[in-house]
Amino acid sequence: MSTTVPPPEVDPDLADPAPPPGPGLERAAEKAESRRGFLVGLPSYAYLILFFALPLLIVVIYSFATRSIRGRTVLGGWNLDSYGRLLDDLVLDIAWRSLWIAVLTTVVCLVVSYPFAYYLATRPARIRGVLLVLVMIPFWSNLLVRTYAWRFLLSSDGPFTSFLVAIGFEDAQLLFTPTAVMIGLVYGYLPFMILPLYATIERLDHSLVEAARDLYATGWQAFWKVTWPLTRPGVIAGSILVFIPSFGAYVTPEILGGRGSTMLGSYIARQFIGTASDWPFGSALSVTILLVMMVAATAYFRSGGKNL
Amino acid sequence: MRVRWVAVLTAGALALAGCGREVGADDGGDGAAATDAAGAEDGADDGGAEQPQAVECEEGETDGDLLFYNWSDYMDPDLLTAFGEEFGVTATEDNYTSNEALLAQIRAGGADYDVIVPSDYMVAIMIEEGVLLPLDKDAVPNASNVDEAFAEPPYDPDLTYTLPYQWGTTGIGVDLEATGPDPEATWGWLFDPDMAGDLSISMLDDPRETIGAALYYLGYDPNTQSEEEIQEAADLVAEADWVTTFTSDQYPELLLTGETEIGHGYSGNILDNIYGADDPDRYAYLIPEEGATIWTDNMAILGSSQHPCTAHAFINFILDAENGAQLTNWTFYASPNAAATEFIDEEVLEDPAIYPDEDVRENLYFLENTGESEILYTDLFTRAQG
Amino acid sequence: MSALEMPSSGTEEVAEDSLARPQRSVDRLLAGNAWLVFAFLYLPILVLAVYSFNDNDRVGVWGGASTRWYGEMFTNARVMDALWTSITVAVVSTVIATVLGTAAALSMERYRYRGQRTFDGLLYLPVIIPDITMAVMLLLFFVQAFDLIFVATGVQLSRGVGTITLAHVAFNISFVALVVRARLSGLDGALEEAAADLYASRWQAFRRVTLPLIAPGVAGGALLALTLSLDDVVIAEFVSGAGSTTLPVYVFGALRRGVTPLINAVSVLMLGGSILLVLLSLMVSRRRDQQ
Repeated sequence: MSTTVPPPEVDPDLADPAPPPGPGLERAAEKAESRRGFLVGLPSYAYLILFFALPLLIVVIYSFATRSIRGRTVLGGWNLDSYGRLLDDLVLDIAWRSLWIAVLTTVVCLVVSYPFAYYLATRPARIRGVLLVLVMIPFWSNLLVRTYAWRFLLSSDGPFTSFLVAIGFEDAQLLFTPTAVMIGLVYGYLPFMILPLYATIERLDHSLVEAARDLYATGWQAFWKVTWPLTRPGVIAGSILVFIPSFGAYVTPEILGGRGSTMLGSYIARQFIGTASDWPFGSALSVTILLVMMVAATAYFRSGGKNL
Repeated sequence: MRVRWVAVLTAGALALAGCGREVGADDGGDGAAATDAAGAEDGADDGGAEQPQAVECEEGETDGDLLFYNWSDYMDPDLLTAFGEEFGVTATEDNYTSNEALLAQIRAGGADYDVIVPSDYMVAIMIEEGVLLPLDKDAVPNASNVDEAFAEPPYDPDLTYTLPYQWGTTGIGVDLEATGPDPEATWGWLFDPDMAGDLSISMLDDPRETIGAALYYLGYDPNTQSEEEIQEAADLVAEADWVTTFTSDQYPELLLTGETEIGHGYSGNILDNIYGADDPDRYAYLIPEEGATIWTDNMAILGSSQHPCTAHAFINFILDAENGAQLTNWTFYASPNAAATEFIDEEVLEDPAIYPDEDVRENLYFLENTGESEILYTDLFTRAQG
Repeated sequence: MSALEMPSSGTEEVAEDSLARPQRSVDRLLAGNAWLVFAFLYLPILVLAVYSFNDNDRVGVWGGASTRWYGEMFTNARVMDALWTSITVAVVSTVIATVLGTAAALSMERYRYRGQRTFDGLLYLPVIIPDITMAVMLLLFFVQAFDLIFVATGVQLSRGVGTITLAHVAFNISFVALVVRARLSGLDGALEEAAADLYASRWQAFRRVTLPLIAPGVAGGALLALTLSLDDVVIAEFVSGAGSTTLPVYVFGALRRGVTPLINAVSVLMLGGSILLVLLSLMVSRRRDQQ
């Protein structure tokens, strides 16, 4: 302790007596702060390293492993065979189909949600609150249950098929088709598109929109030139939030899809707990799908959205 | 930063420790196979795994609750409850949908079921892999109830590891309104575009059964090890784009709700549902004449079971004459239990769909372990599924 | 619902804090679309709920009204087991994840140290990772870890309620951290600085000032974690063990086996739980707005 400045009066009841001032002490204090911050975060950090980073590493390692003639995984004979198989026709088909369904789902969600969110944002405050709650309820409801609801509705003795048969489509088969999967995905993830869109639209500066209306001849132009660009962050956020789970979907295609609507999620699952039993290949698939997601997510963060 | 390095090093250590090892190779009991590393160079061949050591149990002794891993719709819940009450344990049942899925779960390790129910060829595979516990026959005196015909199965000649559970056939459930009143018993209903093209069909999510059906149709041996033949069969499956879905447990429901008109499936499940339907005469179970699979499912105890004595007690319980009959009367599958015959319902015993006649039996074949070709069936089936 | 039909008077009726209404014809279209969307969102669930009272084994064919499936549900051992497992896993994993997630959020928002950016990235990963990948990761991890533990100690661990809980904590930490961070970053640091001056120890400052300030965020994060845990199917399916199914996994399996209105009844139960959580979260956020 420096003796150039008399120490201030220290109240013995205080746990931390104020340290005497001085330049070295500031750095020490900063270091102490820094370490405290690190320690506060350490348990979570350690947990995530152990139960997230490490498992991820293990999957990456497995993707280079071999599969024995009996179907077991052998951690040896490291190779790139599993990645090579990613270019198989079948895998590319499934990947393409997953991409296609995910994109279609996202577009449908966007087209339906934008007007809906806009409508919501233009209601008076009280009503907005009620409508928002009504949107939240399905959002928080169990995805599995909501998907099952569609399995029920689309089945052969369900209302939709009966209707189609009634108007003449004798052989209508709705369930176990890619269409069914898409309907299920749209249904499941619609709120994920509505909420970010609503958040962005609601925050629009009224004056800008009004000015646009004065400026442009048609409402459509006003929308396209001003409102749309301003709400783009919400569009991007919602699209990513719908695309990511749709692309890697597992539950929905399992319940609503059949032959010919296999998606990546089901295909990967089959490698581990189904009949295919090929862990290295399944690992390679998982790593790839993760990389795709990370690219998509990076795009999202780059576009400025940080709040999900 | 430091933490990250620690993580990387740990992972590296893990990898090294596992180098050349087979994952889950030590599925046996005490000290089994821990050092049984497969050759790392070719990485392809497993050595014969060490067998788990046998356990000694008294008749009726229990050592904890029962974890039963079974095909779906294959155990009367009342029977399970009765077992629990008689022995003062809780019996829970989980389900799997195919032998391969069962094997996959066991390989994933750490799921310590007590009793499992693999089919004939899968028993052979499992014995090779050393995952089954040798039975203590003293704890299963009801083993003497087993019918002679099942006493020396080729896959487990001395019944060291297994005892038979139920047997049956795999065929086709059809909706007579779609096929006509007297349909031909042929696999063409699954593979022939003229017959099946306009219909909605489900096939089993099972490599051996589905490729097997195609093999029968093509006139090949269902246990062939020829890659060309298996490929040809798989192609047939791939080309059958009127197949709506592959499922091993939904097919009866899909058939009865009209979702499908033809359902590839197991005898008991189909028959059980047909008899329980509002209009049973609308449906039929066909055993195709080109050939079909007859199979025996067996009760076995996993080497990693934590409650082997309870498992023995359960197996003994099921092999009891009356319990065996109750099982058959519920599942509509045939019983390998000779002593149970007097308690089985007349209509079940006399049903040729459940207990096929001699001449039908001539066309029925058992699936066998095809050794190194098993992987072909699995892989080509996965491709054909799409 | 009459609120939705409020006629637009032709002049722009601007409520205080809502965007200006579009012109009448467009507004009508938007309203129509909104109705359709609400119908789309709710009808399937309602139909599902109605058919849970179907007195017929075949769920698609109406056979009269009955509540027997609800009775059956509560006496069905497997359903009740699964429900109990789900609740146990959800509560335990939420508590752990909330503590760890809040700590992580504080660590990220209120301090500066080396390696923080890596931590940041690590915190975001569980949010963007697809369920199936996470499930695979954890399956392989547990298999490998149990393998090694067996080799090292001879003790064979098995997957079950413990592994599901550990897995749920793994992804919930990130979600809790996300919510709490959002709350923290919206707070004015001045209050906390004042507290630091006022109170003797950091802990006291935290407990007396910071914690109450972030409490709505923490509660919101906890509710989110609870919901995510109760909803999870894929991860639970992969890392569960013998006899340790959660309710969604049970329903998932049952769906593939054969559907009876029992599943509808269970679904209604799950929906009811979700609605309860929504209302709770609303109460929490209302309190947050009031602060």
